[in-house]
Amino acid sequence: MKRNTTAWLTIVLSALLFAGCSSTGTKDGDPGASVEDGTGASTMGASQGGSWSGNPLDNPNSLLSSRTIYFDFDQSTIRSEYIDVLRTHAGYLNTNRSVAVTVEGHADERGSREYNIALGERRANTILRFLEAEGVSSSQINTISYGEERPIAFGDDEASWAENRRGVLVY
Amino acid sequence: MKRLFVLAVMLCVSLQAKAVLTIEITQGLEGALPVAVVPFAWRGDAGSPPPQAVGEVIAADLQRSGRFKPLSPDEMLARPSRGEEVDFRDWRALNVDNLVIGEISPNGPGGYLIKFYLYDVFRGEQLTGYSMPTTARDLRATAHSIADIIYETLTGQPGAFATRIAYVTSERDSAGKELVELRIADADGYNPQTIVSSKEPIMSPAWSPDGRKLAYVSFEKAKPSIWIQEVFTGKREKVSSFKGINGAPAWSPDGRFLALTLSKDGNPDIFILDVARRSLRPLTRHWSIDTEPAWAPDGKSLVFTSDRGGSPQIYQVSVNGGEASRISFEGKYNARASFSPDGKMLTMVTRVNGQYRIATLDLKSRDFRVMSTGRLDESPSFAPNGSMIIYATRVNDKGMLAAVSTDGRVQQRLRIQQGDVREPVWSPHHKQERIR
Repeated sequence: MKRNTTAWLTIVLSALLFAGCSSTGTKDGDPGASVEDGTGASTMGASQGGSWSGNPLDNPNSLLSSRTIYFDFDQSTIRSEYIDVLRTHAGYLNTNRSVAVTVEGHADERGSREYNIALGERRANTILRFLEAEGVSSSQINTISYGEERPIAFGDDEASWAENRRGVLVY
Repeated sequence: MKRLFVLAVMLCVSLQAKAVLTIEITQGLEGALPVAVVPFAWRGDAGSPPPQAVGEVIAADLQRSGRFKPLSPDEMLARPSRGEEVDFRDWRALNVDNLVIGEISPNGPGGYLIKFYLYDVFRGEQLTGYSMPTTARDLRATAHSIADIIYETLTGQPGAFATRIAYVTSERDSAGKELVELRIADADGYNPQTIVSSKEPIMSPAWSPDGRKLAYVSFEKAKPSIWIQEVFTGKREKVSSFKGINGAPAWSPDGRFLALTLSKDGNPDIFILDVARRSLRPLTRHWSIDTEPAWAPDGKSLVFTSDRGGSPQIYQVSVNGGEASRISFEGKYNARASFSPDGKMLTMVTRVNGQYRIATLDLKSRDFRVMSTGRLDESPSFAPNGSMIIYATRVNDKGMLAAVSTDGRVQQRLRIQQGDVREPVWSPHHKQERIR
């Protein structure tokens, strides 16, 4: 088995924190789940919907509206402040088994580009494993690393780099 | 004390002016050899001169190398174009070591014949002379070949003027939509041509050893795939599109194999693809990141980047696989290594006090030298004659290209008017051919 230690730590961490929902995700699901059929999401919703009557993904008051989590420099560990966000997404995906999500991994611009592709993939995989540990089927999750190729902030400075070191959930 | 002197060579051209790379030498070689390239005489109809000033192209090439200091035509006391017109005293008086003269004659429809001569001024003798047929379209290419001949005659090393660079550009429209292009230009920045255009990222261009193909990574259809494209016809095919990363293609010296990075088995490892047979074999197997393979010129080993030791460093492995040995030890970040054409040196990205710079490592003496001065330098690539390293740098939040001579003494910067330029790769030596 080839897994990096950080990813294992994350799985262990999430398993400890959320022992109740730590059913092991299927390991051999089809990773090629289509990205485009997010429109298949139904209008009945996850718990956080409140009085929201549309697609829960569109509810601005739900944690589901948070789709980006940020990473520390050269790290792929999930920061504790994003655990609730990812857990909410896991809950939504568990309730809506026909919904697929693409997890994008991104890096800041420092260092070489292909190495950053690998770093971005490590970040996407950490999120993937967290969701799987929360019971989401791997067939619902697709990952892609854009490395430093898709920045959202364009300055060559610490503030921009922090914004670009991210994982994004795309429904 | 070495002075930093700026020799701005503005190589702007009317055609496609926005796309042309402008090259300026930001640090020249103290003691560059004084040379005079007399503007070549035109023997045809005065009303229809050749479309390119051949002598000027040659002079600009020689100057860009940093090893020559061409005399301005304004300072010339005479403008000979044939041997019998040369009076060496005119050139000795100006302390010029070498003199280049030439003439261009009509040679059939759309054709030209260029004759040129190179002289040693102090000995008063001809060093070489050629007669070269060409066409309007190939005038610049022929001028670069002449510059190569002059360079080789005077330095003993082959020139790299009649070569190309491939690079990636990125521009955003007013709506913020990105357009990424893979382009090829002559080594002096002229004749830029777009060979791939995409709204999705394009990465890691790699020239085939014969200079006729480029392998690259394209994210079209929202996933990374590796393509091989014929430079002259534009014909292309997808050669790798596995789940996960398909990246960092690198041609074997014989052009039969591509080393590449795949994460299909869970994490990035290096594989060797037989291009014709489409068969794949793993080269590295490790739980860490292994990526950015580059072949040794003898084809017997490869170097690659791995963080198996806790931070990215350069490792070397036999082409048959097996144990990899670490070869970079300076600092905590070394990545994207590639060999010099003679195989004696590596260039790589290194981190020095938080700044990412280009370094060289002499494989025999272990001498490690930081060659660039930027904060975010990356993607170094040797010129095919080993004389220069071209790389990507960032200045004022903008990507541009820069080059440094392998001895570190000459630095130049290549600008593009709009957008970002990155990932330069110098083409191998190959016969000049025009892109269709």
